[in-house]
Amino acid sequence: MTFDVQAIRKDFPILHHLQDGRRLAFLDSAASSQRPIQVIEAMDLLYTTSYANVHRGVYRLAERATNAFEAARSKVAAFIGAPSHDEVVFTKNATEAINLVAGSWGRANLGPGDAIVLSLLEHHANIVPWQMLAAEKGFEIRWLGLTADGQLDLTDLDRLLDGAKLLGVTAMSNVLGTLTPIRVLADAAHDRGALILVDACQSVPHQPTDVVEMGADFVAFSGHKMLGPTGIGVLWGRAELLDAMPPFLGGGGMILNVTTEGFIPDAVPAKFEAGTPPIAEAVGLAAAIGYLENIGMDAIRRHEIELTSYALRTLHERLGDSLVIHGPCEPAPRGGVLSLELLDVHAHDVSQVLDEHAVAIRPGHHCAKPLMRHLGVPATARASLYLYNDTDDVDALADALVAAREFFAP
Amino acid sequence: MAGLEDLYREIILDHYRSPRNKGSLETPPAHKTEGFNPLCGDEIVVYLVLDDNDTIVDIKIGGQGCSISQSSASMMSAAVKGKSVAEARKMMASFKAMMSIHESDIGGDGSEAEIGIGGIDASDPAELKLGDLEALRGVVKFPVRIKCATLSWNTLNQAFEELSAG
Ligand SMILES: Cc1ncc(COP(=O)(O)O)c(C=O)c1O
Repeated sequence: MTFDVQAIRKDFPILHHLQDGRRLAFLDSAASSQRPIQVIEAMDLLYTTSYANVHRGVYRLAERATNAFEAARSKVAAFIGAPSHDEVVFTKNATEAINLVAGSWGRANLGPGDAIVLSLLEHHANIVPWQMLAAEKGFEIRWLGLTADGQLDLTDLDRLLDGAKLLGVTAMSNVLGTLTPIRVLADAAHDRGALILVDACQSVPHQPTDVVEMGADFVAFSGHKMLGPTGIGVLWGRAELLDAMPPFLGGGGMILNVTTEGFIPDAVPAKFEAGTPPIAEAVGLAAAIGYLENIGMDAIRRHEIELTSYALRTLHERLGDSLVIHGPCEPAPRGGVLSLELLDVHAHDVSQVLDEHAVAIRPGHHCAKPLMRHLGVPATARASLYLYNDTDDVDALADALVAAREFFAP
Repeated sequence: MAGLEDLYREIILDHYRSPRNKGSLETPPAHKTEGFNPLCGDEIVVYLVLDDNDTIVDIKIGGQGCSISQSSASMMSAAVKGKSVAEARKMMASFKAMMSIHESDIGGDGSEAEIGIGGIDASDPAELKLGDLEALRGVVKFPVRIKCATLSWNTLNQAFEELSAG
């Protein structure tokens, strides 16, 4: 089956809306994707036929809701190759998933004299929770640097990992699109006795994921970047690690027993799911995964490699030296994220002109200020591609960038 | 539908390309205040020298950002240089009014309330002489850019607060 972008686009109602009479080139999926009608309908169906709070209820509606919620957990587990569905913890988003690891595993295991390693590619979501904890616990944060074309510089890896307890690293940069060699990093970390936490927020939506093959200990991602709803994220962790970790948030749903003297936490994953969970969101996420599986993650990755190559070529041809594209220059080691810098025009102004041309991209630091500082740029204009983008979107981007260059030409 | 020309007036682009009072001043005697727009990473540094009568005898602007934040900072520096702090505060109130930010709208934020626009009908900016700054009027039609236009003023306000707090 050939990859039929036009058929896919039909499933996304929002992409049919015109902006000033023009087709919208939506190139901001790295921030949040759009969702197909199948996801919206799955959530509607739950709300209209099978909604009640999960667990605890004995009536049939509650049972149906609980089944749908737990089926979603199994769907996620199978999608990422998790050995057990109990290893899948639903969170609010990837940010909360990482905070869970820091607040639970980190708080129990890190103290003065300890160290963790983070890469310069990290999103603030995989930096700030560790800085907050380090301020409290007094451990060291070491930084894994980058090569000139935005890939991880592994020369110092062994030295950095020496004595470290955790390596926190993104599987795909949300700024440069860089794909990182997770298996190599995991093996290096394990050789030194460290764990590896993978921020897979940008990789899970765009390529096949197998947490066991990755060699990961923890993997975090968000539903809203993979055609699912907002308000749901996933933390996957190896069962023995999750079992040994103390609870993160306290409340209903996470206990076996509570007395005036104290509480006994429930087993995983309930231990980490205090309060009413995102029920409809879990069902929506399962529908999103079903949609992605129907098309095939391999096919999606191939489509994005092709489209990224087309974009790199087209932008270079149309804009030449007036446009800098940060990150790896070959499409193979990168995902479909293009951080653009139009010479002498600030990213904010670029985006404003692009909006006028019905091209939606994102200006700014993309929540990765240490990386931006390393690149020496205050802001970039980021265009990101997904399964519903086609060469027309890329052409619209190129046209609009040429217009922006002309508009701001002295 | 507001067009790009409403936003990017020629005079704005002129201030962007040739910013006035760009640079830094030695601290002390100058007072330095940094302002950030956490959304886009724009940064404004205001270096300020007041004399004993609270007159702004010198001002320089550092930092980086988009054409709107940079031109607004440049225009602001030209507008307030040589003026008293009180006069600068009045301009600040009228500029914010032009940006559709009325101090009463901000609500509950003590620091904003202290700006003290008493006696000025800031809702009628036509009464006030903002000079080049008037060119930024079109920004109102692009709500996400209002923060770019007000960043330098908020930073100046913060500088005033810091100075008056000693
Ligand atoms: C690499 C990466 N990590 C983490 C996050 C945080 O995701 P969320 O805001 O859904 O928690 C993002 C999203 O912006 C991201 O791109």
